[in-house]
Amino acid sequence: MLHYIVRRILLLLPVLLGLSMMVFAIGRLLPGDPVLLAAGPNATKEEVAALAVEFGLDKPVAVQYWNYLTGLLHGDWGRSLQSRGPVLEDLKVFLPATLELVLAAMLIAVVFGILLGLLAAVKRNGWIDYSVRLVSLASISMPRFFLGLLLQLVFAMWLGWASLGGRFPLIASPPPLVTGMLTIDSLLAGDLPSFLLALQYLALPAMAMSLSPLATITRMMRASTMEVLQQDYMLTARALGIPPGKLLRKYVLRNALTSTLTVIGLYFGWLLGGTVLVESVFDWPGIGLYATKAIMMQDFMPIMGVVLTIGTLFVTFNLLIDLLYGVINPKVRLG
Amino acid sequence: MNESQAWARAYYRLRQNWLSLVGLVLVVFLLVVALAGNQLAPYPEHISGSVDTAMRFQAPSSAHWMGTNEMGQDVLSLVLGGARISLFGGLAVVVLAAVVGTMVGAVAGYFGGWTDEVLMRLADLKLTLPGLILAMAVAAALGAGTMNMVLAISLSWWPGFARLVRGEVISKREEVYVLAARALGAGSVRIMWRHILPNILSPIIVKMSLDVGFAVLTVASLGFVGIGVKPPTPEWGLMLSTARGFLPDYWWTAIFPGLAIFLTVLSFNLLGDGLRDVLDPRSRR
Repeated sequence: MLHYIVRRILLLLPVLLGLSMMVFAIGRLLPGDPVLLAAGPNATKEEVAALAVEFGLDKPVAVQYWNYLTGLLHGDWGRSLQSRGPVLEDLKVFLPATLELVLAAMLIAVVFGILLGLLAAVKRNGWIDYSVRLVSLASISMPRFFLGLLLQLVFAMWLGWASLGGRFPLIASPPPLVTGMLTIDSLLAGDLPSFLLALQYLALPAMAMSLSPLATITRMMRASTMEVLQQDYMLTARALGIPPGKLLRKYVLRNALTSTLTVIGLYFGWLLGGTVLVESVFDWPGIGLYATKAIMMQDFMPIMGVVLTIGTLFVTFNLLIDLLYGVINPKVRLG
Repeated sequence: MNESQAWARAYYRLRQNWLSLVGLVLVVFLLVVALAGNQLAPYPEHISGSVDTAMRFQAPSSAHWMGTNEMGQDVLSLVLGGARISLFGGLAVVVLAAVVGTMVGAVAGYFGGWTDEVLMRLADLKLTLPGLILAMAVAAALGAGTMNMVLAISLSWWPGFARLVRGEVISKREEVYVLAARALGAGSVRIMWRHILPNILSPIIVKMSLDVGFAVLTVASLGFVGIGVKPPTPEWGLMLSTARGFLPDYWWTAIFPGLAIFLTVLSFNLLGDGLRDVLDPRSRR
């Protein structure tokens, strides 16, 4: 097992190298001159040239990539042309917000998706099954930004139950910084009012994000549960008189979870990249909003930083999922 | 089984699933709207950008079924006019991605070895990158315009097709008929084009039909963040994003473009789901 983990982690290195190369290539191949943009319309030729030297853009491409790569390893992720601040510092501020949103959405999707999927499969071909199929297809088709807007309209504007946007009230003092995720930090500090306050801001964007993974997990869970239910060992287990509750927990759930885990892994990356829309609807100060602002200003370093972060997180998360298979399903012992 | 029998059976299977049939009817309706939106619209002049400031923010009524927006334009007309961009954009993205992906996947699968390694690692890497952010960045750099937007989105869309086609080609390339063709002296291009491609067409078509809905969604998403199409061209995502500023009082300016996106994506997904059952019976659940 240890051997397998070490090998998988070593295999991650070329992937990450490729990722950095691709991100760099995208940043360089895009048309539009970032230096001209940063210098402004009134800059003289000398000022532009000075800026290009300052950002290292006057050197050959291979040298630039080498500098970029070694910089990455030393914690220098470049600087934002607009704010002139280091990208890594910005990411440290914005990433926890996005992670909080994605994890909350994932939690909702996994819990309800597994339950609904099991339910639909057990009651297969009943009206529940049919409506689950239609509703899940409709949920996948629902644009997240439109759903977010509707949630805002109903729960924030009309009912006033939740907050319209942002992450925490400006006048309140946030819990002491540990993880950067406000809900977790407030719980760690034992500060229940802050937790509830943070939840008020988190609930709507997390719901808007969770709908489509929820639907996919439901469908996946339904399909794999139905497959498991048809296996011979289920018949045997039932013949042995194992109570239905235990049957579902010990035999069905474990076996059906394997393929659902794959979906969860794939969705994680998709959610990380997909927060862009929800973040801009709810003014959620995460990396999506950060990337959007950078894109509007053609500010390459932050875009590259965000893309690289998401890619790295995605690859790492999928490695974790691969390792989890063995824990959940002993048939997939890795060696 | 001859051609007409095959079609009859396909139609029979599609009919079995009334949800897919609803999808088919809706897709046909949407295509008609996309082609004839200007003729169907009650105020076609609003589609091309003319405004009527005296009629700002009228609630839905018999004169304006979906109300009017901040410039007094009829929302129904704009929604009908916006169908063209969304449908054309979505279809173009999928076609472009399918063509590029099929070529890459076929070459990788057919030749194997190093070609395969390099091309597939490239595709894998693409799959780890956030497609939407990438599309946004490329579209913004290329500048406004429908074609630029389509290009930007397809750039992150082809790897899915490449993976699919590669797998299919690998499973077909050892078939006896390929061996026979090669024995007769057929070249690689001919074998791929005439012998392998026709045999792997149906999974490609299934994936295309399943992807159109999401491509339409991506087009609308770019519009929503303000990248891609520029006003006065009506685009659903852009309309929705403009309407955000006028909530909650003038809700109709947001609800109807949003519903249009939702319904379009849903129609294509319903149809795609049904087509998969028809063309790819193995994957039937």
